[in-house]
Amino acid sequence: MSAPILAVRALEVWRGSIQVLAIPSFTLQPGSVTALIGPNGSGKSTLLQTLASLIEPTAGAICFHGNPLQTRQERYLYRRRVTLVFQESLLFDATVRSNLGAGLKLHDSPRAERAKRVEEAAARFGITHLLDRSARNLSGGEAQRTSLARAFALGPEILFLDEPFSALDPPTREALIDDLARVLRETRTTVVLATHDQLEAMRLADVLAVMHQGRIAQLGGVAEVINHPVDEFVAAFVGMETVLDGMVIACSQGLFTASVGGTHVQALGEEALGAQVRVGVRPENVTLSLFQETCSSALNHFPGTITRIVPKGPYSKVELDCGFFLAALVTARSLEELNLREKSRVIASFKATAVHVLRK
Amino acid sequence: MGLIWEGIKEALRLLFTLDPEVLKITLLSLKVSVLATLVSLFLGIGAGLLIALNRFPGKHLIISLVNTGMGLPPVVVGLFVTIMLWRNGPLGFFEILYTPTAIVIAQAIIATPIIAGISVAALQQLPPNLRLQILSLGATRRQLVWLLVQEARLPLLAAVMAGFGGVISEVGASIMVGGNIKGYSRVLTTATVMETSKGNFDVAIALSLILLLLAFSVNAVLTYLQQRKRPR
Repeated sequence: MSAPILAVRALEVWRGSIQVLAIPSFTLQPGSVTALIGPNGSGKSTLLQTLASLIEPTAGAICFHGNPLQTRQERYLYRRRVTLVFQESLLFDATVRSNLGAGLKLHDSPRAERAKRVEEAAARFGITHLLDRSARNLSGGEAQRTSLARAFALGPEILFLDEPFSALDPPTREALIDDLARVLRETRTTVVLATHDQLEAMRLADVLAVMHQGRIAQLGGVAEVINHPVDEFVAAFVGMETVLDGMVIACSQGLFTASVGGTHVQALGEEALGAQVRVGVRPENVTLSLFQETCSSALNHFPGTITRIVPKGPYSKVELDCGFFLAALVTARSLEELNLREKSRVIASFKATAVHVLRK
Repeated sequence: MGLIWEGIKEALRLLFTLDPEVLKITLLSLKVSVLATLVSLFLGIGAGLLIALNRFPGKHLIISLVNTGMGLPPVVVGLFVTIMLWRNGPLGFFEILYTPTAIVIAQAIIATPIIAGISVAALQQLPPNLRLQILSLGATRRQLVWLLVQEARLPLLAAVMAGFGGVISEVGASIMVGGNIKGYSRVLTTATVMETSKGNFDVAIALSLILLLLAFSVNAVLTYLQQRKRPR
């Protein structure tokens, strides 16, 4: 593991007599994408703005490349090497081109260099055709693309994203997340993303930090946090969705097979042989039976042992050990009819269409 | 109607013959009001920035005071400035009472709260996170202030227009601190008052028309500056 690009020790932020943030330690590895997830008011934005040096911590230290940010000048120089994109696009009342060059202009970047980087950033986010338009007349998606491109034009060492997609409609959001994922792969930028959408976090991040009441309740790899939440809060927040990491071993006619922990999972999609994939299955898409149903249209069947049954009103969540963790949501009636108990052996099935490809 | 028509004819005559006295009064009016507006622009936008961008106890009270100051009666300002600049007053040693400088001071006191009040409102209506966004793009404190002023330029120019409109049309303070001295501190408004009281309605109408023309011209220039180069 390389030296962290950013390290935080004993960070505290107080507003009057209320402690709003308490982070004993937190590090960012270069090139990593860390998602801060948590409900509204959990401290995601405060942590993000503190890490971006926009809020001065009440106590604790932030070290960038091992050097603590202590003086006003050090914090200012640090801010010139990182940047933050907000939920609102916050564009200036000028053309898209001026907006993309705004940060570079503040850095006194030479005109020719600025023009080149503006063109590059615009091309990356597919907004070259908008360069001479007024930023006031952009759609929500175009404005947020402009805001992201403005940040990338600076070539930041760390990019902080504060719920950048939450104000967008679903199709626009999907397209922008795909583009951002591609840009992040190309640039290997270190990113901290605050979001309350766990699917968004899973698609972009390597590391998840679940926040609760100004603290990091759990920090770890995406699959680890999703499948092994440390407490009830994290479990409730991440929804215990099954997340599996695997490798593509076959692919034909829009269907691929991934090897996951010694078994095979079939999913829809075109993937290259040997590609690493992360797939997710929502518990409500998993059905349980005592014997393998021959007439079932599901392509994925896994024998497993019930490890835990958690009642959830009219449903129960059944956790299984199938050689990997799998969760299923069943009705109380099915639970009774199938006589499901902990340690019972069952067959869990789900369709190839129920498998979400989260990240490549 | 005849009176008005005579006034318009007299105004045109005074304008086109470039009557030296009218020209002098007009130029002094313009000079005094532009100078007063510039002083209050500096003080008003400065105060507006300080109030809008900082958090401090009593902020709402200060904003209320500034807003009250937007309606400051010119005669009260005239009285206050006269007392301050009176020979035996605290600033009497400057010996500037009944000079154009005294008019500039009085007019600046009238316009500063107008510009400050509109500036506070203009800066407060910017998105709250814009300040953080600009800082996170690597701006210095000075660059931050400049960008915020640029973003609020439309309402800020409206503030300048309101400030200029307040002082060019003001008469009470100008007459009290300027003294309406012929050829020295006589401006369009004080001359209009004097000519009206003498019953010279034609000259008074002429001066009023020139005043209107002046106010329109300055505002036309400011409006042009406000509306130009807006990309589509």
